[in-house]
Amino acid sequence: MTDGPAPVLAAELIRWSWIGDHLDDIRDYLLQHVELTGLALLFGLLLAFPLALAAVQWPRLYGPILAFTGVLFTIPSLALFILLIPFTGLQIQTALIGLTIYTLLILVRNMVEGLRGVDRDVREAAQAMGYTRARQLFQVELPLALPVIMAGVRIATVTTIGLVTVTALIGWGGLGRLFIDGFTLDFTTPIVVGIVLSAALAFAADLLLVGLQQRLTPWARSRRG
Amino acid sequence: MGVIGDVFQWLTDPAHWSGSGGILVRTFQHVWYSLVATGIATAIALPIGVFIGHTGRGALVAVNLTNLGRAIPTLGIIILVFQLAGYGFVPVLVALVAVAVPPIVTNSYIGVRSVDPEVRESAEGMGMRGRQVLWQVELPVAMPLIMAGIRTSTVQVVATATLAAYVGLGGLGRYLIDGLSQRDLPQVVGGAILVALLALATELVLGRVQALVVSPGLAERGADAAVRAKVEKAA
Repeated sequence: MTDGPAPVLAAELIRWSWIGDHLDDIRDYLLQHVELTGLALLFGLLLAFPLALAAVQWPRLYGPILAFTGVLFTIPSLALFILLIPFTGLQIQTALIGLTIYTLLILVRNMVEGLRGVDRDVREAAQAMGYTRARQLFQVELPLALPVIMAGVRIATVTTIGLVTVTALIGWGGLGRLFIDGFTLDFTTPIVVGIVLSAALAFAADLLLVGLQQRLTPWARSRRG
Repeated sequence: MGVIGDVFQWLTDPAHWSGSGGILVRTFQHVWYSLVATGIATAIALPIGVFIGHTGRGALVAVNLTNLGRAIPTLGIIILVFQLAGYGFVPVLVALVAVAVPPIVTNSYIGVRSVDPEVRESAEGMGMRGRQVLWQVELPVAMPLIMAGIRTSTVQVVATATLAAYVGLGGLGRYLIDGLSQRDLPQVVGGAILVALLALATELVLGRVQALVVSPGLAERGADAAVRAKVEKAA
């Protein structure tokens, strides 16, 4: 590419003084990234839970639910965000609805598989002890399904953190804004900062969820990670 | 809503279908980029995934590659590559191939790895050698997952190629990026519909290909694998 030595390229890739001068912007982008990710997951969980319960209760619904969420999942993210613009404009709802839609396939599937994986004997024991259907669900089945559900939450979280950056093209984007800044300024530092922080956020969120899962399922700690 | 009528008009205007910037040419470009990128990625990733699955060496790499790929934002990579190398088809192609490699490596690894040991042992008991076991037993049995990985990758490449229009790539993404900067809503939404249809058509066509190359006895496993592999979404 260039005949300059490697240190010159490294110096071009990152200008530390720019980072120092833009810490406030970077913090705001990071906070927006966390906000978009957190809200999309919250809404995703709220929507996926009843869908998963319906699919467990009426197994015939599971195929159509998977097919529908699968079709939505297949639509490229920029296209889906844009298809929402006629309804919600360039407001934050456009980004949030799109991001929420992408969490559904993973969350519903893992919830259903987690709940279906609960041992029949355990379920019968709960019934024999006189548990109501709701109590059985919340105190027996959900805790036992939690490792599988949390595996889905982890994948959905890391995926959403990546997809948030795409919403930069419709005026949001969190850390993805740094890509656009770098592009318009013709300058690599913001882009590298955006990539590194976005990946770091994904790893941090994943670690946090692993920790949360271990706290929520202390009985499983000795058996699985 | 007026927008829907405007979008319909944009999509059905014959002038938008012909010429070098027309929908037909742009669709062809998009399909071409996706085929080239996925083809190269398959040529790289399939042997690696199958090798790791067959020998068991490097399993950690195969599993973590997809996690890593999921965490790295593709839009950032595309813009960074553009800044470093300038616009060219080759730099964009490298980014597209990088997006497509991890799901194929991981799925073909899991596919070969999860072949029932008893099946492998009975093949060896019948006198098959390592290579024969690989070609006649492991690969056919792993085919549902291998195809699922290729499907996932191809759909991701179609989506990522759309984003690459931001740094100048042709294809249907142009309508989205140009329309956004020109604030031309019918063009943006019309383009988005075409991109969505292309991604869904890709998924359908590859589903048919999968049905052809997967042994009928494994058909159910194939359908299951296709849904399971759908956890990758980079763009």
